Amino acid sequence: MNPASSRIVAGSGDAAPAAAPRRDAQPFGHERAQRDDAVMQADMAALAASMVPPPPPPWRRALSRVSRLWLLVVFVVAWQLISMYGSAVNPQLEVMMPPPTAVVSAAADLAARGVLLTHILDSLKRVLLAVGAATLLGVPLGLAMGWSRRFRSVVDPVLEFIRPIPPLAWIPLSILWFGIGDLQIVYIIFLAAFFPIVLNSLAGARDVDTYLVRAGLSLGASQRELFATVVLPAALPQIFTGVRIGLGIGWMALVAGELVAAPSGLGYMINNARTLFRSDYILLGMVLIGALGLALDAGMRELTRLTMPWYHGK
Amino acid sequence: MSTNESQVSVDNVSKVHVSMTGEPLLALLDVTFCVENNEFFSIVGPSGCGKTTLLNLLAGFERPTRGELRVGGELITEPGWQRAVVFQEYALFPWYTVAQNIRYGLRRKRLPENEQRRIVDHYVGLVGLRGFEQRYPRELSGGMRQRVAIARAFVLQPSILLADEAFGHLDEVTAAELRETFLALARECGSTAILITHQLEEAIAVGDRIIVLGKSAKLLADIHVERWDRSNYAVLREAIQSTLQSNVQDSRLVPG
Repeated sequence: MNPASSRIVAGSGDAAPAAAPRRDAQPFGHERAQRDDAVMQADMAALAASMVPPPPPPWRRALSRVSRLWLLVVFVVAWQLISMYGSAVNPQLEVMMPPPTAVVSAAADLAARGVLLTHILDSLKRVLLAVGAATLLGVPLGLAMGWSRRFRSVVDPVLEFIRPIPPLAWIPLSILWFGIGDLQIVYIIFLAAFFPIVLNSLAGARDVDTYLVRAGLSLGASQRELFATVVLPAALPQIFTGVRIGLGIGWMALVAGELVAAPSGLGYMINNARTLFRSDYILLGMVLIGALGLALDAGMRELTRLTMPWYHGK
Repeated sequence: MSTNESQVSVDNVSKVHVSMTGEPLLALLDVTFCVENNEFFSIVGPSGCGKTTLLNLLAGFERPTRGELRVGGELITEPGWQRAVVFQEYALFPWYTVAQNIRYGLRRKRLPENEQRRIVDHYVGLVGLRGFEQRYPRELSGGMRQRVAIARAFVLQPSILLADEAFGHLDEVTAAELRETFLALARECGSTAILITHQLEEAIAVGDRIIVLGKSAKLLADIHVERWDRSNYAVLREAIQSTLQSNVQDSRLVPG
């Protein structure tokens, strides 16, 4: 049928109150009202544009961003002061807590010897490999479990049996299986990251709004289309949350794994420094772990923002 | 029965829901009625009388416990685009823009791209959303979201349009405006419109026919509105109200 707008005849545009004349007694339609609306909306848009204050200059925005870091600055300065003057009270403090300046010179020292970047890249490589693998396997598994109750009832007992075993408890066995090296640590991180990714994907697919599923079906979507156009996008925020949590837990597992047994990496660096009484290296390792974790999470949030402009979560 | 594809017949339909605690709940009891082609049909009743259950059955989202529902003689077994639904909760896809939401059904039907675009553009104009095509649903007001939902349902030119309290939660002016748009579009598409509402005024203003469901989950009245004095709806409203209060059928409100 040809949708002919001409059949919606311009009416008075009056809103018919409920008990008002019958629908067939008065022609409906909004062509004129809509034209008026369009003009009004254009006016309102122009007015709104004239009322918005101009954006602040870039230097001002940069300044405001930096000024938000005041608590961090206070923290670092306090640390510096305590380390510098505390040693007068307790001489051991020099070894127990070197000041931030010592950490910076330790970083320069290790960087000059070319080992710092190797440690960082080794750790980063292991985390990204493991979390990548956990995402590739965990997201489809979780989505399938969320989508099909039958599949979930079969897989769930196995998953829930393995899940409570801490990844660190796998370390001895994983050393036997893979030896000390990348593969063994990647395996530990994978175990840590896998479950939050599966469970979040599962929840995302399972808790899709019934109305959205019904809307899709009543608009003619097949099961496959429903999955691709409704279930998957609806689950996406949860999937991203799962990967972010997986990344966080994976990062913790990495350090723990590297502390126990590793030929390189930030965890190895910390453990090695412990045997050498180099607390400045230990602190450097800790600071780097914190900073890298923060950077990875910020990257994930940015990715979330870019891939889901419609999503209003934080 | 005629085999006209828009004709809906509901034959002795009962529906029992099982609550989360395992308790069976009677939602509909032996409900029987027919909807004629191109009719504007209202289903009215207090909350909890089974209105939404009836809509879910008509849409094919649920199956009846007893009895059967047919469209054009065919049993309703699953949802389909011939029976479009406008939900109270809008049910817009938040990840699609206004235009993408409206286009959703057309894509599923695999219409040519330019044809899809033409139809979407036409309906965007009809529901007064020009300039908002690239917005996301969360950027729109409730009334505008419902406009999107209405356009999305009508682009497929369904033979039957089901609306579940689609205007009840909007302010009166917006509701009346949207109701007009909805009915005008239904007329343009030649669709049979079935509106579910708890507001008697809305039911009377819109319907050629009104069925009244009572708290007992039974059909209490089946009213052909044109048989009533158009100049005095108060009489009809009072009759329906007293029927709802007494929960027994009023002989004036049953066909025959």
